Amino acid sequence: MSPTPQDNGEMRPRTLAEKVWDDHVVRSDGEQPDLLYIDLHLLHEVTSPQAFDGLRQAGRKVRRTDLTIATEDHNTPTDNLFTIADPTSRKQIETLRANCEEFGVRIHSLGDKDQGVVHVVGPQLGLTQPGMTVVCGDSHTATHGAFGSIAFGIGTSEVEHVLATQTLMQSKPKTMAVTVNGSLPEGVSAKDLILKVISLTGTGGGKGHIVEYRGQAIEELSMEGRMTVCNMSIEWGAKAGMIAPDEKTAAYVKGRPHAPQGEDWDAAVAYWNTLQTDEDAVFDKEIVIDAASLSPFVTWGTNPGQGVELAGTVPAPEDYTDPVDRTAAENALHYMGLEAGTPMREIDVDVVFLGSCTNGRIEDLRVAAEVIKGRKVADGINMMVVPGSARVRDQAMEEGLDKVFTDAGADWRFAGCSMCLGMNPDQLTPGQRAASTSNRNFEGRQGKGGRTHLVSPAVAAATAVTGHLASPADL
Amino acid sequence: MDKFTTHTGTVAPLRRSNVDTDQIIPAVYLKRVTKTGFEDALFAEWREDKDFLLNQDVYSNATILVAGTEFGTGSSREHAVWALKDYGFKVVIAPRYADIFRGNSLKNGLLTVELPTEAVEALWASAEADPTFEVTVDLETCEVRAGEQTWSFEFDASGRWRLMEGLDDISLTLGDEARIAAFETNRDAWRPRTLPAAV
Ligand code: SF4
Repeated sequence: MSPTPQDNGEMRPRTLAEKVWDDHVVRSDGEQPDLLYIDLHLLHEVTSPQAFDGLRQAGRKVRRTDLTIATEDHNTPTDNLFTIADPTSRKQIETLRANCEEFGVRIHSLGDKDQGVVHVVGPQLGLTQPGMTVVCGDSHTATHGAFGSIAFGIGTSEVEHVLATQTLMQSKPKTMAVTVNGSLPEGVSAKDLILKVISLTGTGGGKGHIVEYRGQAIEELSMEGRMTVCNMSIEWGAKAGMIAPDEKTAAYVKGRPHAPQGEDWDAAVAYWNTLQTDEDAVFDKEIVIDAASLSPFVTWGTNPGQGVELAGTVPAPEDYTDPVDRTAAENALHYMGLEAGTPMREIDVDVVFLGSCTNGRIEDLRVAAEVIKGRKVADGINMMVVPGSARVRDQAMEEGLDKVFTDAGADWRFAGCSMCLGMNPDQLTPGQRAASTSNRNFEGRQGKGGRTHLVSPAVAAATAVTGHLASPADL
Repeated sequence: MDKFTTHTGTVAPLRRSNVDTDQIIPAVYLKRVTKTGFEDALFAEWREDKDFLLNQDVYSNATILVAGTEFGTGSSREHAVWALKDYGFKVVIAPRYADIFRGNSLKNGLLTVELPTEAVEALWASAEADPTFEVTVDLETCEVRAGEQTWSFEFDASGRWRLMEGLDDISLTLGDEARIAAFETNRDAWRPRTLPAAV
């Protein structure tokens, strides 16, 4: 424990978030937001060009190139590694490469073994560790909170600010606990859990808070599962999501390329062991969930909070008492082309997308492969399997997972954001319906007019086999 | 950055809640490498509908966007703010915002005002009844004045000061160079570094 000394010498119990925050304050004077030191800054091609441009115009340099790393992910093709057909996509990638070269920033480009979705690359290199501050011009940066770090998305002006100063001005958020008691039932995954949380709280429920996920079900999750949960914190408005580090966390980091070694490792672990919420610490808000009550969960609407059990039916606008929710439901049903009362399992899809920074890690591919092994993707269904990074792809191929997918008739691709967002060639066409393991079902997110149902990897695989939303238990 | 003290203009009444940044500016427009010229991208998909609010001549000069709650949720793209500004909006009024959007707005001099749902409803009704209806947003007094009505709003003191002074964050922070350097001296040596690349 490392409580804060107060003026009178008493020790005040603190939450995990407060401890990590306090350890990164460069300046705090009460009136202004705190000036926070940033341990790791991740860059990609979409939100960085204007930031580098700003530096150039002001004659500034990157203060800490040794705490900065770039990768290419949002615009990259996944059917080949080298031909970026779209000229504007190519321009962004080329701009990133030129900027990294000019400013001395390490970059992992297409074809490099460490290229991939930025939030998959950081942890797998061992650059994401407990007790850090991690930022990126990308709202799913909260993923890194799974290691007990404060990690959040920033805008392009802030990217420029971090590049120039290695700090950020931030007002201290409030803290919230989501406690998940008991064990998840068989067949229920981290994705089902987080989709349920978002449906309970709505898209704004976490606003202004750093959320700590805790309790038995969270402790029992693998690091991959914890990353899935933290990844979607932003979908219910939270500033960041985090999970206290434990032995699993240390075991995951150990031996990775940037993990501390020797005496450094011991010093690091000693620090990581202090990173727990003190027993008497008070959260500003607390939500308690009983894991036993959970089942596979999917979305029916056009924001991640519009979710329902797979065993349930499409809700009716009249089910909502709040007029804002009712109108939102009407709009969503219209866009999604769904009738209230339809059983979720009767919804046919055209496309299944397995990938993204939410569910594109090795464990996700293993789960889906397990379901699909020896089966076939249903006629007329296009199943795309897109590993989160080149390393995940290599590992999956070593394990023969690519073969399982291609034998079933799925499409095995190169790493990138792919169909998670409509910025690269992997897009839905208007009216097409997808079961997707990504994180956003917004109108047009996966391509103009495309309709998205967010699902877990297991549900994605079972859906590919049956052609309608389904869980492995239905096979 | 221009200083913001007070602004008077007409309202574009956007009767939508949960307007996410994918709607404000679809992902395809994020491929540009410049910081301006995004006016064509604002609400690009909705604008394909000829009846959409911004396609109606009467609202073409509006400078104040009034929208439903949870405005700016979703992706952190700052382009959403640039598109609103490039299009000509100076102020957004909504009951609540996503945090990242609000932060991005502050950094780019776009004022985001939080007013209760009743006030937003009233502004919608007035602007729909009369598109030339003028509204004044006063950051000095933290008030929105419209016709007979005045609503107060809250705005974080330091953000307000920065908007009113038109201050750029980086110059402010670089003024604290000594403290940053001192922090770096005391940082744990085992903290990870990206360079040189480990194999
Ligand atoms: S996979 Fe999707 S959510 Fe993740 S970084 Fe890429 S576009 Fe963003």
